[in-house]
Amino acid sequence: MLALLQQISSWSIPVLVVSIILYGYLKGVKVYDSFTDGAKNGLNTALKILPYLLAMMVAINVFRASGAMDLLIKLLNPLTGRLGIPDQITPLIFLRPLSGSGSLSYISHIFQEYGPDSFIGILASTIQGSTETTFYIVAVYFGAIGIKKYRYAITVGLLADLAGYLAAVFICKILFLN
Amino acid sequence: MVNLLWLGMILSGVITAAFTGRIDQVSQAIFEGTTTSVQIIISLIGPMALWMGLMNIASESGLIERLGRLIQPMIRFIFPDIPKDHPAAASIMMNLTANLLGLGNSATPLGIKAMQDLHDLNKDSERATYPMCTLLALNTSSLTLVPATIISLRVASGSGSPSLILLSTLFATSFSTLTALICDRTFRLFSQE
Repeated sequence: MLALLQQISSWSIPVLVVSIILYGYLKGVKVYDSFTDGAKNGLNTALKILPYLLAMMVAINVFRASGAMDLLIKLLNPLTGRLGIPDQITPLIFLRPLSGSGSLSYISHIFQEYGPDSFIGILASTIQGSTETTFYIVAVYFGAIGIKKYRYAITVGLLADLAGYLAAVFICKILFLN
Repeated sequence: MVNLLWLGMILSGVITAAFTGRIDQVSQAIFEGTTTSVQIIISLIGPMALWMGLMNIASESGLIERLGRLIQPMIRFIFPDIPKDHPAAASIMMNLTANLLGLGNSATPLGIKAMQDLHDLNKDSERATYPMCTLLALNTSSLTLVPATIISLRVASGSGSPSLILLSTLFATSFSTLTALICDRTFRLFSQE
């Protein structure tokens, strides 16, 4: 199953690249010119994102390095415990929406401590795989087009993350506990 | 709201640091944040340019339009505000497909392309529109069949069966995406365009 999915995944990019270029060529598009014309915008777009991403990263870093995040985790630990989230996982669910690399390194630590195939290891993997770095996505996607009023977007993203955590705990308990 | 959130994170951080004595680390973290964001942007420029180039060929050849017409009836339910024959439909589909296949390098540039296409429909240029919020909800909830990054970390950590998590991840990610769509619809009801 995984092997098949990985095959599809690795074939998809080369096949897509060839199809787009071939289709363009057959339709009479000057493919090389057209490609380079479009690619020029890549740099501008990436640079446009920088201020938004930087603002977000600085805030996240201050929040984490100061210990404010640990404090928040400690404060909310009874609540997350009541939701059935194991103590070892609680830091992960706060890290996950803020920092992709941060949550990955926390999971490495969990893997070392408990092993990747332990219940905690599997639950951490499921959480990491099924949710996204919400704050990063918001900064990058909206930053690229200069959106400043995010409306309810962050709230929806965080609610979806919470739903993902609870679903992960629920399904992992059914599949992997006992 | 984002103004308050941003201030809140920095202010609560600095105040906490005053009590925990970690002001040095905070000072260092500020500049690390700037470096990290530049590194992320640099790693984004390449894939961004690649997909912008390819999407330009696809657009000039009419492929985007054709794909959009094909896909529009399917995504009309989720994105009712996108007009027929608009290129946003095709770029949204490509973004979602890249997410499903776990192609992180491509999902972000294609998602940005989709946002730019949606931005063409935007009148108030600094305010997110309904379809923008929906696209963001889909991306933040991460609908994926191949959680590539975590599987490679599991392999690297010596897991006996790295793919053990496929089923549970699919369940959790479907549930979170469904929640994202329901919340998105609900918030939409209580907000004015």
